[in-house]
Amino acid sequence: MNIYVKLAYTLLGFFLVLNWGLLMSATLRKIVARVAGRHGIPFYQPWIDLLKNIGVRTTLSHGFMFYLGPVFRFTGAVGMFLFMPALFGSDMWSNFSFEGDIVLILYFQLFGMLGMAIGAGEGGHPHSAIGIARGLAQHAAIEIPMTLGIISLAIQYHTLSFTDIVAAQQGGIANWTIFTNPIAGVTLLLAALGAMGHSPFNLVKAPNEIPIGPPTEYHGTYLGVLMSSGVVLHVMEAALFMNLLFGGATNWVEFIIKTFLINFYSVFVGVVFPRFKIEQSVVWFFKVPMALGILAILIYSF
Amino acid sequence: MSELDINDKVKEMLEKSAENAGSKNSEKTFVHPEDEEREVIAPDGSIIKVNPIYDYFSGKKPTEEKPSNGVVEKFLNWARSESIWVLGFGTGCGSIEIPPLMTPRFDAFRFGIQMRPTPRQSNAFIISGYLSVKTLKRVIRSYEQMPSPKYVLALGSCTINGGMYYDSYSTINRLDKYLPVDVYIAGCMPRPEALLAGFMKLKELIKEGKGEKANEYARNFDEYKANQKKIIKDWNMPDYNW
Repeated sequence: MNIYVKLAYTLLGFFLVLNWGLLMSATLRKIVARVAGRHGIPFYQPWIDLLKNIGVRTTLSHGFMFYLGPVFRFTGAVGMFLFMPALFGSDMWSNFSFEGDIVLILYFQLFGMLGMAIGAGEGGHPHSAIGIARGLAQHAAIEIPMTLGIISLAIQYHTLSFTDIVAAQQGGIANWTIFTNPIAGVTLLLAALGAMGHSPFNLVKAPNEIPIGPPTEYHGTYLGVLMSSGVVLHVMEAALFMNLLFGGATNWVEFIIKTFLINFYSVFVGVVFPRFKIEQSVVWFFKVPMALGILAILIYSF
Repeated sequence: MSELDINDKVKEMLEKSAENAGSKNSEKTFVHPEDEEREVIAPDGSIIKVNPIYDYFSGKKPTEEKPSNGVVEKFLNWARSESIWVLGFGTGCGSIEIPPLMTPRFDAFRFGIQMRPTPRQSNAFIISGYLSVKTLKRVIRSYEQMPSPKYVLALGSCTINGGMYYDSYSTINRLDKYLPVDVYIAGCMPRPEALLAGFMKLKELIKEGKGEKANEYARNFDEYKANQKKIIKDWNMPDYNW
């Protein structure tokens, strides 16, 4: 396929994922509201919030890196989208997944966070600095079980390529990694709870902790960019676990259902369990998930 | 710089600050000792001049920010009215009426109303009841940090005429002398339903394009500032807090 046509499809795919992310975040917030016995926001609220943020007239800057913080975060989201196949086996929607592998995706996951850390740091607000310290500490703890799980998958399939891992899972539910390698599957699903950033692991950005953490100083269009990258990241995190564990997706309906269910799983856990303090959440990842991750590797090593 | 020199310098600075403290004219501006303009010694021994108030804030005056043209502004106003982010700052006894607004019984989320924890991300400010002079100072700082367009809801009779604290030494009587108010919600205290009705009124105003009080504040900045300084005696911040 011509590279320009491919680029056009990739942009269209990004637009679809952005809108699906906005709709999904509204739906999940509505579910949380219904659990609390509230009616909840209208389903179109995220679009209005985005418009409102773009319409804010005052824009203040704290310096060059303050501008780049949201841009880096957005780049992280775009990178995750570009180098992961949205739909398996589709010429149009597999994006540029043949160019990169899982290690690249893991890097993009961290990239946005690091950019945000520098940007929010330049904002100069003490709450931003505390939020960043907490966020990076928790992310380091999440990465350990996640990486262990992925190494186990790499040993199982003898590859780090996304397309190959998804291809190996085709041909029925029984071939999905969650059934062929359940220990690594459980490890990754526990890490997914942290990666999605819902309760109990949402101390970093929860509005009722030290005010909202890293994005304290961000407003207007900056916040709009952060919001859009946030929803894209949500979908792509779910797509990551979908591709690794649940056989990927071969059409958009399957993509939407699977990403929604994976996100719903983390929200479901979130409404049941209250928020962890940062020292509790870090220790939590170092216990059961890490032990399971090591076990998953040992099983495939011998 | 040798250690001996640094000691001399520190001694000199201490003497200077002691002199300043003695000769401070209380009728002028009130500045906390830690906010005074001074020289500090960096870890490498170099001497840096700092003026905390002007290093941390911009001292610029606010400027009017013109609305966009016609249809664009109408569309943006619709979006603003449907997405009201309230600064979570309980200023008086009325703040006890705000949490129920977010609970199942009243559920303000239905109307696009949310609480935001930081002034930078909010566009509505609820002054919930009586406002002591001490709080007024913080309210002004928070209000000025909010990005334009921004709206103020004044809750309860205390913000209109002082209410039951009309003769108190420590509270203000009329809020609109100090900040431009968009909507008054009368009562002592107004119930959450009244607050919701106030929000509906605010939405109407924004949709009609009348939510331009931030520009009014910028236009009449000197007048508002004079009123604020008249009542806040320990004014130790720049005139405008970005």
